[in-house]
Amino acid sequence: MNGRINILSAGPGITVQDLGRPGRLATGLSRGGAADRLALHEAAALLGEARILAGIEMAGMGGNFSFSIPTRIALTGAPMHASLDGKPLLWQASHHIEPGQVLNIGGAKAGVFGYLTPAGGVQNPTILGSHAAHLAVGIGAPLAAGEILATGADKTPERPANILQVRNRFSGGQIRMMPGPQTDLFSSDTLAAFLGTVFTRSPTGNRQGVRLDHDGAPFAAKLSGQASDLITPGDIQMTGDGVPYVLLSECQTTGGYPRIGTVLEADQPLIAQAPPGANVSFTMVTLEEADAIYRPETSQIATIRKSVQPLVRTPHDIQDLLSYQLISGVVVGDED
Amino acid sequence: MPPKATLTAPAPQLLAFGPDAVIVRFSLTPDPGANAAAQVFSQLVEQSRHQGLIEVVPSLASVMVRFDLAQVKRGQVINELSQLLQGTDWTQVDAPPPTRRWTIPAVFGGETGPQIDEAAACAGLSREQALTTLTQTPLQVLAIGFAPGQPFLGLLPDVWNFPRQSTLTPQVPAGALVVAVRQVVLFANPSATGWRWVGQTAFRPFQPEKVDPFPLRNGDEVRFEQISDTEYRALLAGENAGADVAHCEVLS
Repeated sequence: MNGRINILSAGPGITVQDLGRPGRLATGLSRGGAADRLALHEAAALLGEARILAGIEMAGMGGNFSFSIPTRIALTGAPMHASLDGKPLLWQASHHIEPGQVLNIGGAKAGVFGYLTPAGGVQNPTILGSHAAHLAVGIGAPLAAGEILATGADKTPERPANILQVRNRFSGGQIRMMPGPQTDLFSSDTLAAFLGTVFTRSPTGNRQGVRLDHDGAPFAAKLSGQASDLITPGDIQMTGDGVPYVLLSECQTTGGYPRIGTVLEADQPLIAQAPPGANVSFTMVTLEEADAIYRPETSQIATIRKSVQPLVRTPHDIQDLLSYQLISGVVVGDED
Repeated sequence: MPPKATLTAPAPQLLAFGPDAVIVRFSLTPDPGANAAAQVFSQLVEQSRHQGLIEVVPSLASVMVRFDLAQVKRGQVINELSQLLQGTDWTQVDAPPPTRRWTIPAVFGGETGPQIDEAAACAGLSREQALTTLTQTPLQVLAIGFAPGQPFLGLLPDVWNFPRQSTLTPQVPAGALVVAVRQVVLFANPSATGWRWVGQTAFRPFQPEKVDPFPLRNGDEVRFEQISDTEYRALLAGENAGADVAHCEVLS
């Protein structure tokens, strides 16, 4: 049975996201999709799904949600305050929700983009092959209180809740980059200065990209007036005044400002999730190292699934069931 | 030596581009010959149907080739592209003639083109001379990019070869005509830009509700027809109501 999500209240930056619209650069449409793609892969792994489901991306702040069918949900990405009918819920976990219960998701404790993914996936109508809002080009819009989203059915709502240990990618840090077609337009001194700088993630940022602030000289290229050329997410673009912006999911497809390099795909969640004020710095790897580090996205769910664990032990999971005292069928949970 | 993405020199250069793509760059700066080479080479790569190539995108002076790393490694793609480049003098390639000619009404100057005088001054022209050039130069769609359906049009005469501004204009509206480096861009969406804003059109290069959401194609010819602010506002009302505001003529 398909269901509905009722948006009872919504923060200003919540949108439906999936993996976007790849393969359309020739029409000027960038891929878009989740700002932290890894979070959607983690959601699929937590829910035992082999395919990526469309979920709700929440920038900084969530909202209140209820569901029309029994379903599991996954909470991934930036950890946020979450509760179900007032009882706290763990993040980086899946949970069971009954119709009528109210899921409250508050502000982010760290990072920027949190994700709420129902087990049947959000099933709003697709545009150009994707459920995702692409705000920069006018596809879709932020979700607002009162909206109702269709979801697919959860075929196994009774499956136990899971939890996932994830590396902290929600507070900036050291980010690996690779050289790109315009790295040579910067002098080796400028590149060295860039790599030696600790930046602060500026409050200026959205799904298109984030600005990085620093004290000291700007990072000017040796040449201006070059033809606009193709852009890929993760590109570190210097505007004319030498201020770096790291381009994210909804970046433009081409641009004329030179790019000093590209953040490795594996580290793009780190920059997307660095909250305003977080320190970030860059290390350059060689092309050969970048190619060796790269893992195709399609292999990620299987890798993540190895780290998924049951959230609580249920009698079903306990091998030596008879060694437990079962009083009136209730396991208190602290027997061992 | 710092790490480099450059794989060959001189032009055309093969350059690594992110985890799974290569860029073939015919020129660093806008150049009619390099644009023609990019258009012709992208068709050649498309037609080659090499295994593992999943996206071929021509840009102003380069072509991006994305590949599937599960099927093919970067080194193999470089070899295949190098072979396709061989045997042609890419500085002597002619662009295919345009097959369609668009006439797009536009208003210049005033609130909907506040930098016309500044742009004219950059080109060393009077406002009248600049307007004559903008409306009488047959322009070509050199590339579609930045935003969905958005055309880069050119090339204007060489005096228009001035750079982008050093700071971004926070926002120009959808339909804005902006100039820099011998080109005109017609913005598909409200956008920040480093280009100078000289005019405005009611035409929308991205029409998501239509069967073909992307009306302009690489190689199309475009001319701007000067209209008054009043006419522009009437066309904008029509455009919002779904009317076609630009005229497209198919050339034999």
